[in-house]
Amino acid sequence: GGLLRLEKGWYSREAFLYLDLSFFGFSCLNLFGISVLDRVVVFCRGGVGGECARCWVRTMDVMQAGDMDWTQNEHMLGTSIMAVVYDGGVILGADSRTTTGSYIANRVSDKITPITEKVFCCRSGSAADTQAISDYVRYYISMHALEIGEEPKVATVGKMFRLICYRNKANLLAAIICAGYDKHEGGQVYSITLGGSILKQPFAISGSGSSYIYGFCDSNFKEGMGKDEAEQFVIRALALAMSRDGSSGGVIRTLTINESGVERKYYSGKEIPGFYEGW
Amino acid sequence: MFGGQDSKQHTVQPYVTGTSVIGLKCADGVVLGADTLVSYGSLAKNRKTSRLMTVSNHCSLGFSGEYSDFQEIKSTLEELMISEYCMADNIPMQPRAIHQYLARVMYEARNKQDPLYNQLVIGGVLPATGEGYLGLVDLLGTNYESEMIATGYGTYIALPLLRKAYRPDITVAEGRKVIEDCLRVLYYRDARSIDTVQISTVTKEGAETTEPFKLETSWDFKKFKAGSRLIDESTW
Repeated sequence: GGLLRLEKGWYSREAFLYLDLSFFGFSCLNLFGISVLDRVVVFCRGGVGGECARCWVRTMDVMQAGDMDWTQNEHMLGTSIMAVVYDGGVILGADSRTTTGSYIANRVSDKITPITEKVFCCRSGSAADTQAISDYVRYYISMHALEIGEEPKVATVGKMFRLICYRNKANLLAAIICAGYDKHEGGQVYSITLGGSILKQPFAISGSGSSYIYGFCDSNFKEGMGKDEAEQFVIRALALAMSRDGSSGGVIRTLTINESGVERKYYSGKEIPGFYEGW
Repeated sequence: MFGGQDSKQHTVQPYVTGTSVIGLKCADGVVLGADTLVSYGSLAKNRKTSRLMTVSNHCSLGFSGEYSDFQEIKSTLEELMISEYCMADNIPMQPRAIHQYLARVMYEARNKQDPLYNQLVIGGVLPATGEGYLGLVDLLGTNYESEMIATGYGTYIALPLLRKAYRPDITVAEGRKVIEDCLRVLYYRDARSIDTVQISTVTKEGAETTEPFKLETSWDFKKFKAGSRLIDESTW
């Protein structure tokens, strides 16, 4: 046995039959729905300790009845996340579902992660990638905070996220919403996309569930909402997304950041707004 | 144009699908359970569909897999029941016979490389004695009978729970609670399920399917609420 380095490119199915390394027992996340022989193992460059970081190999789709999807997939934050600027600060909101394929690995995850006292981020994409990125950002920003002697700007934290996501774009699957409050510009929301671009927005939605609420958000958002109004906007949007997206669900966590501090809320079961469920 | 022997269709992948169905055989009948969702990939497309069907007064059927193929099977079974009625011979069709009939239908389709992409759970009672019958047929034509049946995620999550709860003298009333508990765990752990479910019970008195109802779920444990904290990064 041993590690096999594969160059970036396309490989035919026959090549995979030839490369049977099933005794290693790891599977590559990019080989969704592939069952060539029992398991096909690919170690690619950038892998650490036998774990595949990102695979540049594409194969043809082979579907088999009864694929055990959680053995082929890594932990993903399917997700519905959002952040909204209101008059006085920001509100972040997220669902609580982490999936491995279609198995719910954690039904009460906390996707709103602290970076500094007044800057938080909402994570979506690969659970591992976003945890690692936010740990790095927290570390570097804490150094920066000591250097400047005051609370870091939200923009700085956003830029730090973008730096990591952009420079490592080949190896990451992370979409992050960075939001917080600073004394210079008040509440701000920055959306960091898959490729590592950063966009400052009055509100941001992200994750697989967000596709279903673009219309709702566009028609219901108003600039300069009050705190309660904005909170209602967030939980109603997330409830709608969670109701339609299989990869989102569980409870709604919200976090309000303003001049006076940070407030966490938890909406579960009957507290989550209900809508038309006739079909 | 409408199919038939000349044109060939091959169902290679399902589009609109139902998730797990579970069933438990009890001393006085059978209980089947399923949620009311059909998904389009990860989209929860139709949240109020019935995945349980009453075939006859003594037989119920649940499906998982492709919705269109099930609708076809539903039509076929309804026609079958009508011709049974027309025969007017006072001999009700046994659940075992319906099971075997479906097994033949599924196997025939499979042999033509055009499977009906479903796993079907057939639950019924022998009309004379009230003794339960529970069986499964799948897209390959695999068919068997058992005291507890589950499809999809149910095989991993519900089946162990059903096996633990099973006793030869378990009643339909107790079985209903067990099925409801299993559906609850499936809602917690299957990302392609919802909390609106239906339960079908078949006894000597007849087959009845409940209206869709919402499951009670618990989320209010202290550690669930706590979330993660800056200093001690718990509950990712």
